[in-house]
Amino acid sequence: MQVKSVQTKRFSRLNDPSLSIRDAAFSWQGGFGIEIAAFDLKARERVLLLGPSGGGKSTFLNLVAGITTPSRGRIDVLGTDIARLRGSRVDRFRADSFGIIFQMFNLMPWLSAIDNVLVPLRFSKPRRKQAGEARAEAARLLGALGIGMDLFGQPAGTLSVGQQQRVAAARALIGGPGIILADEPTSALDGRNARAFLDLLMAELETAGAALLMVSHDETLTDAFDRVVRLDDIAHVSGRPGGSAAA
Amino acid sequence: MSLFRLALLSLWNRRLTAILTILGIALSVTLFLSVEKLRNGARESFANTISGTDLIVGARAGDVQLLLYSVFRIGDATNNITWESYQEIAERDEVDWIVPISLGDSHRGYRVVGTTSGFFDHYRYRRDTSLRFEAGTTLDDLFDTVVGADVAAALGYSVGDSIIVSHGTGRGSGSEHDDKPFRVTGILAKTGTPVDRAVYVGLEAIEAIHVDWQGGGRVEGLRIPAERVRNMNLTPKTVTAALVGLKSRITTFRFQRFVNEYEAEPMTAILPGVALSNLWSLVGVAERALSAVSLMVIVTALLGVVTTLLASLEERRREMAILRANGASPRTISVLLAAESGLIALAGAILGLAFLYVLLFTLQPVLDSRFGLYLKIDAPDLRDCAILGIIILAGIAAGLIPAWRAYRRSLADGMSIRS
Repeated sequence: MQVKSVQTKRFSRLNDPSLSIRDAAFSWQGGFGIEIAAFDLKARERVLLLGPSGGGKSTFLNLVAGITTPSRGRIDVLGTDIARLRGSRVDRFRADSFGIIFQMFNLMPWLSAIDNVLVPLRFSKPRRKQAGEARAEAARLLGALGIGMDLFGQPAGTLSVGQQQRVAAARALIGGPGIILADEPTSALDGRNARAFLDLLMAELETAGAALLMVSHDETLTDAFDRVVRLDDIAHVSGRPGGSAAA
Repeated sequence: MSLFRLALLSLWNRRLTAILTILGIALSVTLFLSVEKLRNGARESFANTISGTDLIVGARAGDVQLLLYSVFRIGDATNNITWESYQEIAERDEVDWIVPISLGDSHRGYRVVGTTSGFFDHYRYRRDTSLRFEAGTTLDDLFDTVVGADVAAALGYSVGDSIIVSHGTGRGSGSEHDDKPFRVTGILAKTGTPVDRAVYVGLEAIEAIHVDWQGGGRVEGLRIPAERVRNMNLTPKTVTAALVGLKSRITTFRFQRFVNEYEAEPMTAILPGVALSNLWSLVGVAERALSAVSLMVIVTALLGVVTTLLASLEERRREMAILRANGASPRTISVLLAAESGLIALAGAILGLAFLYVLLFTLQPVLDSRFGLYLKIDAPDLRDCAILGIIILAGIAAGLIPAWRAYRRSLADGMSIRS
């Protein structure tokens, strides 16, 4: 798919690639390591990163999001080498640049759907500015993603898994971050719901003008993306990601 | 959505755990402060066993010993002082009032104190509290007696009852002054001091019941009826001790020296306050034990705070990961956790303080009347405040431990948390 005309005001470096990784490496003490020779994500591009479970996909995302710091190499996000940001600057940068959707348990169950959507704005001034009238924008996004108005005030914990993923998508999109990172966001959904979720997400991405990097092991989703990349082709993974976690 | 509101909502979501934690801290705080109150109360009550008396005079003895037999009625005097010496002391210019105490007899295990009605006027306890009659009045007739509150309660006496005094202080000594019974004319109100555990008769009455006695027993064949005794000279030959009030405190030491250096017979004058604190240093082990207990209570409370907060962190792992992924810095998360635990500790401290005062207001009268333990209800002192401050600081510090762990872990498992 082609890059559409410029709609958003925010990105002055629109022609920069959203994400560019060069010769980055990271290793856990347990022996697990990942080396990424090169990876690019163009502005507004939608890329599906395929890889088997436990194959280092999450580590890849952690590197991209600046949660894990690489031992060498460059990871340029919207023109900034995230590997070189220190301390709270990386947190602020993450808040400004990324919308993140997890596999599940995205939301604070005791917070209402709409309040969950508003959380990133608390930590990012540019996104707060971009969102304008925050509650109205959150409501618009929720509506666009198929959440009924009657559910806005409901504690997120009472929503179905599918609804929760859509609320998470709205949260990722609010305030127009440049890149949406999604970590197997559909794996908890059945085929039909997974497809519906993706369709809604893609439509909103269009409006927001954001790039999408989604990791998954589900090969049936490939047709919704501009490009499909296999982790094996861009990265060398050694050992098992035992240290990474939280099984 | 402010961070503060987010924190409050999160806390509200975990309200049961939070309330239990607050309650736990509150109870520990209450326990600690109550133990402190009891400790201070016990010391104060003890130190205030006798007040208003400037000096206690007796035969030469150690000050604790003199205090023990003259005030606490524990042990016996090795010697008495002569009536002449007593008179000479009583007539000194410095003396405002003097109350004799004559010991040696008992009534069913309680000491009998021969004294004058001046005792009821001048004896003070708990700073400046006078003795009060629960029922009846003071000594008037020769064979009148006033009993202490514990005696009346234990033996079920009321005004008008007739009692018999036994010779000697041992229980069941066998020799009864049964020919000269006393009539209870007054019952003293509870004081929580040894005053409650004695029977008071006139100084002359002590003479009267002993006119036909010599040494430890009745003189054979001599029986002087109670009515005839009334006409005899009942001036005592000796007294055991005397409580002395001076006109001016300034003269206390000079007067004490006068007594201690008295030529005619060896005597000792003690300052009750000094002797009491000497005695307390002997029995104060209990106080230190209480101190140790309250320290342990506080340590337990603090451990409890840390444990609960660490446990609640496990509950909040996902929340932390979400916040981190959405751009919250480790510092923000630390502040959130520390503020929350600090708030919990603060709430616990305030609630504990409230519990303490509720407890004090309910129990104070009971403790006073039942145990003679008077607890002052006043604002928390500096020490209490310091301890409360430490608890709150410890709460904040306790929050920093999970904060540090959250920081480490959110770097480790970051957004990929799956549980």
